[in-house]
Amino acid sequence: MAKSKPRVKAPKKASKGDIVTIKTLISHIMETGLRKNKKTGKIIPRRIINKFQAKFEGTEIFSVDLDPAISANPFFQFSMKAEKSGEFEFIWTDDNGEVYSKKSKLTVS
Amino acid sequence: MKDLSRREVLALGSTAAAAALFINPLTAHAETDLAKDLIKKFTGGKAATEGKIKLEMPEIAENGNTVPLSFTVESPMTKKDYVKRVIIIAGGNPRPEVATFNFSHLSGVAKASSRMRLAKTQNVIAVAELSDGSFHMAKTEVKVTIGGCGG
Repeated sequence: MAKSKPRVKAPKKASKGDIVTIKTLISHIMETGLRKNKKTGKIIPRRIINKFQAKFEGTEIFSVDLDPAISANPFFQFSMKAEKSGEFEFIWTDDNGEVYSKKSKLTVS
Repeated sequence: MKDLSRREVLALGSTAAAAALFINPLTAHAETDLAKDLIKKFTGGKAATEGKIKLEMPEIAENGNTVPLSFTVESPMTKKDYVKRVIIIAGGNPRPEVATFNFSHLSGVAKASSRMRLAKTQNVIAVAELSDGSFHMAKTEVKVTIGGCGG
């Protein structure tokens, strides 16, 4: 599988009290563990992103526990109330233990 | 497989949908049982009332591999009164649990979107847990033309 590439669309600027919308996507096969290899008849082992976390200045604002029913290339859209300037950190955890992350700065005026 | 024209594909799709509708009454019980167990686990046996949460999904999903999913829970999202978690359940999937969304009072609004897989036509259920310990649920039916959990 190609290396998972996280993508984030988060605003750079906001006014205090605004509700900002964040969109995230990561390229990932999200193998359910239910499919069979058509040639060998063996079950393809499960491999999914099992946890997504969005933090702002180290505090969790939103997270998701994923099950195999989430589509390939998991996409999430969610919100945060902009109170102060700081940095977002987005973390995806793979079944195989790999962790992918991405950061984004927000300036609140 | 031979190449199908668009017309043939559409015709096939509607036959499959009709077939799914026909089978539905038989499988409906098994679905709700699995889903009920999960809801029970999530609420700890408490009853979930309908309302407060709105689940938005397409009525008909042509491709069960990626079905848009969006929900909103009515809540002021303050430190004292906010939405803790929302679980999404698809009782007709081989594994009914889809995802659990965890919110905090910093979320501003209890609203999120994602994309999910659906194996067949079924009801999708969303249950929200509020900070006061109450549970609220919403249900919506999605008709699936091509299932999305692999063969």
